Amino acid sequence: MMTGRVLLIEDEANIAEAIRFILTRDGWDVTIHADGATALDRLRALRPDALVLDVMLPGLSGYEILDALRADSMLADLPVLILTARGQEREREMAAARGATLFMTKPFANADILASLRQLVGR
Amino acid sequence: MARQALTGSRVRDRRLMLGLRQADLAHAVEISPAYLNLIEHNRRRVRPELLVRLAEALKVEATVLAEGGEGALFDALREAAASPEPGLSPEIDLLEEFAGRFPGWAGLLAARQGQVVRLSKVVESLSERMAQDPFLAASLHEVVSAITAVRSTSAILAETEDLEPEWRTRFHKNIYEDSLRLSNVSAALVAWLDQARAPEAGLSSPQEEMEDWLQARDWHVEELEGLNPPRPESLLAGAPQLASAAGRALTLAYLRNYTADAVALPWMRLAKALDQRGPDPLLLAQSLDVPVPLVLRRLACLPRGQLAGVGLVACDGSGGIVFRRPAPGFPMPRSGAACGLLPLFETLAQPGTPLRRLVQVTGRGSGARFWAYSWCDRSWPQGFEGPMVAQAVMLLIPAGGAEGPTRRIGPSCRICSEQSCAARREPSFVL
Repeated sequence: MMTGRVLLIEDEANIAEAIRFILTRDGWDVTIHADGATALDRLRALRPDALVLDVMLPGLSGYEILDALRADSMLADLPVLILTARGQEREREMAAARGATLFMTKPFANADILASLRQLVGR
Repeated sequence: MARQALTGSRVRDRRLMLGLRQADLAHAVEISPAYLNLIEHNRRRVRPELLVRLAEALKVEATVLAEGGEGALFDALREAAASPEPGLSPEIDLLEEFAGRFPGWAGLLAARQGQVVRLSKVVESLSERMAQDPFLAASLHEVVSAITAVRSTSAILAETEDLEPEWRTRFHKNIYEDSLRLSNVSAALVAWLDQARAPEAGLSSPQEEMEDWLQARDWHVEELEGLNPPRPESLLAGAPQLASAAGRALTLAYLRNYTADAVALPWMRLAKALDQRGPDPLLLAQSLDVPVPLVLRRLACLPRGQLAGVGLVACDGSGGIVFRRPAPGFPMPRSGAACGLLPLFETLAQPGTPLRRLVQVTGRGSGARFWAYSWCDRSWPQGFEGPMVAQAVMLLIPAGGAEGPTRRIGPSCRICSEQSCAARREPSFVL
């Protein structure tokens, strides 16, 4: 039973591995990408159903990637879950203003990321 | 009441201290006791020639009677009066009368003002540290990342009953790795915070740790000056100034560059040229056939006694200060708070062009003059495809009584007293 294809852009290898394990067990097909600078190419090639996006990345920040994909007609509607260590209200507002679908702060409960992802794709 | 009015009070204090009667002093300076009485009660101005006679009779310098030790007191009171307090408008014209009639209260207010200024500097320094310190930002990000990984991974281990052995082993290894990261970053943060709590430690950042370490060696690393220098790592073991990993890494990088500089231009060769040609860095570079920035750096780390009172500041293309060797009497800039008129920043727009300015330090009790020799280099360390990187360096050499067009340089804007500064970024609270 596959729930969907998700691209996880996260440069912390152990966080990425834990998320991949959780989502894979839930039926997701998970691809990990660790570099901000090449993330858009990977997105265009993969065409996932959802994107889990870290903010502090090497090369290009999560928000810069978000700006670029919202400006791209092929990717503009992609549901995006922002993952960040910064949880202040203004950060949430900024993420929403730039087109994030959902927002989650680190550290997170595993059940929450599963629920968020299901909510993200309406399943 | 003018400040000189208080001369009378000082005459009276001094006379009483010496145990003289009013009549005796009046006789000694050839005035009537009644007139002396009026002077001592600040009701008559003291003419200069009488001031000299009074000073001789009271065995004290005339300036002490005329100005007293209250200069700093008045300055502090003016500073307090100038600090904006909504709804309050101190009577500045009565300031000296206030100090004369209520010296205890005036002293208390001046002391409180001094404390306000000191605390403001600490707050400014801490704010700058919190906002700009890359070590703190990176450390906190590291903590959150490691905790996030540990929390998710441990939840998997605790909640997944049918976890395959190879996954279990892998996640145990990940948790071990992240706990090590947490341990290391926690130790570094504790060391950083301990230093921030200790006022005598000067709220050290990694850059300041390196400066403290170099200061303890008088900015000359003798071990790296020989033909077969040791590995720089061997010099850092057990250094009490280098509390953080970031401070040690910064110092190590500096020492590697220092070693290369010492090979490229041995200090004795430079010292000999200095004797023959004087301190002009451009002439020295030409005669020694070496780059100008190398000469600037090496002039700032000669052994004690070779070139006294020098300082060195370097910045990157954004104007961020990357190195400081303080020169006595010169307000060394902090990142984000430096005087915008420093020739160091001017030279960023003129790469490869020698720039010399005569600068004078503004502010109370200063006025020191320096020759500021600046140079900016551009490089492309990643080749044609990479970005251009700029670095500027400025050597300060005491200029004594040198004459010529002078640029006035202050500390950071908030505590600078320069009223008509073209480069002011924010209001000063000492104006």
